[in-house]
Amino acid sequence: MAEVLVLVDQVDGAVRKSTTELLTAARALGEPAAVWVGPGISDAAIATLCEFGAVKVYVAGDDELAKHPVAPAAEVLAQLVGEVTPAAVLVPSTADGKETAGRLAVKVGSGIITDAVAVAADGDRIVATQSVFGGSTIVHSTVTHGVPIITVRGNAVAPEAAPASPARVDVTVALSDAAKKATITGHTAAVKGGRPQLTEAQVVVSGGRGVGSADGFGVIEALADSLGAAVGASRAATDAGWYPHQFQVGQTGKTVSPQLYIANGISGAIQHRAGMQTSKTIVVVNKDPEAPIFELADYGVVGDLFTVVPQLTEEIGKRSN
Amino acid sequence: MKIAVCVKQVPDTWAEKKLREGDALLDRESADGVMNELDEYAVEEALQLIEAHGGEVVIVSMGPDRAAETVRKALSMGADAGIHVVDDSLAGSDAIATSAVIAKAVEGKDFDLVIFGSESTDARMSVVPAMVAERLGWAQVTFAQKVEVAGGDITIERATENGSDTVTAAMPAVVSVVEKINEPRYPSFKGIMAAKKKPVDTIAVADLGLEAAAVGTGAAWSAVNDFAARPPKAAGTVVTDEGDGGVKVATFLAEQKFI
Repeated sequence: MAEVLVLVDQVDGAVRKSTTELLTAARALGEPAAVWVGPGISDAAIATLCEFGAVKVYVAGDDELAKHPVAPAAEVLAQLVGEVTPAAVLVPSTADGKETAGRLAVKVGSGIITDAVAVAADGDRIVATQSVFGGSTIVHSTVTHGVPIITVRGNAVAPEAAPASPARVDVTVALSDAAKKATITGHTAAVKGGRPQLTEAQVVVSGGRGVGSADGFGVIEALADSLGAAVGASRAATDAGWYPHQFQVGQTGKTVSPQLYIANGISGAIQHRAGMQTSKTIVVVNKDPEAPIFELADYGVVGDLFTVVPQLTEEIGKRSN
Repeated sequence: MKIAVCVKQVPDTWAEKKLREGDALLDRESADGVMNELDEYAVEEALQLIEAHGGEVVIVSMGPDRAAETVRKALSMGADAGIHVVDDSLAGSDAIATSAVIAKAVEGKDFDLVIFGSESTDARMSVVPAMVAERLGWAQVTFAQKVEVAGGDITIERATENGSDTVTAAMPAVVSVVEKINEPRYPSFKGIMAAKKKPVDTIAVADLGLEAAAVGTGAAWSAVNDFAARPPKAAGTVVTDEGDGGVKVATFLAEQKFI
């Protein structure tokens, strides 16, 4: 069976959950082979890759690779594509991942599909499923030229363990001069507050225009913390300066697909729906019974979020004790 | 300095979008065309850079005839000139072909920077700026939430999953910007009038030294097999709060095993 290259997404040496999802997806297409780019691979990281079925771990561990954005990972993958002729290359749908996939596609002369929510083998072709236009349309696509390069959206595939014992293969890549033209000179960590990443979270609690102020987000955060959830905001709330832009869910912000999405004081314009419509279960709290977001609700309450949400937070507290 | 800003005409952000039966391409006729929102931030950033450092801003767009409106809008914001690549053969081009067209349109013209919005609201791939950097062999400084230019170098803050990276490169460079970088200006009446007299060079694919067969649907390296509207969601339960709304939601979440 041909290898399926999976670009490992890691933070400070820890394998991110998206990688375990990609390894799970890759198993339907061939033999998953993880590709680690940069220094700092640990036994724990290899163990995680092994647990989710990597039969091989390519390690391009040179320090130089982490000093430049995007281009080095594309060059490592391009070299491996040339050497092993994989069945496909799967890359996480992060900003870095999509840009890496884009450069790789140009380098090796392959078609590219981004933001797949599923991948499947269909005879000798690979079919990617995309959920486009805010989840209103489901598209099945195939790369028709070269090795399929597919970026896969976070939280789209449920990771399933399938322990393998991977062989480590060290890879040396001579970076091109072009790849070294931009240099990373510093890093500022996001202020986290202990909440999960918005795009990875299993539960997202969001606030919109109805929250009314920056202070109003206190009740949204309290509910999120009672559920171990990430906090999101509609564009109306981020444009008003009530909550930072990086938490915006919607067409011009992040796309999330959690198990549970709780929308508070959000009317549900297409702008917002585009970013959350594929959430598995949707709960809505809004004063306006005509708000279009109720069309998406599995459970909705017409009422004032400043009474409903604190009561919900308190009730969750009671039930979890 | 000389800056190219790439803009795309897209269906109105607030309109429902759909694919056409038959060729599975985005139906661009059924909604008003507007400048891709993130491209307005790219235009604004370029204008701020030349206001600080001097120079000129050239708008580059690939799209059908009516995309000229979008080029004109960018000129009315204050850009100096436009290049509009119009060709029937371009319809259905994938990101690979689009990046080839844009790279050809900007190369050899002494640009210090080529600035993009970080994604279009229709295709949402976010790959074209990186592809153009790859093709030109220029530095890629993308997803910028802050841009500074000094002494032939550009330094940006790149928005990442975990915060931001500071990235520095010698120009020329390919830049993309995210929404938080600035607040785009509205065209003034004077700007709108002035834009009518600004030069826009309308060129075809052959003028770029590319074959018509290298672009468009026929040259695309991926294809839509089939598509369908997402099945409508089964109607959920909606209740009116009578003082126990929060408790009712908690009960629903418990039934669904979330708590």
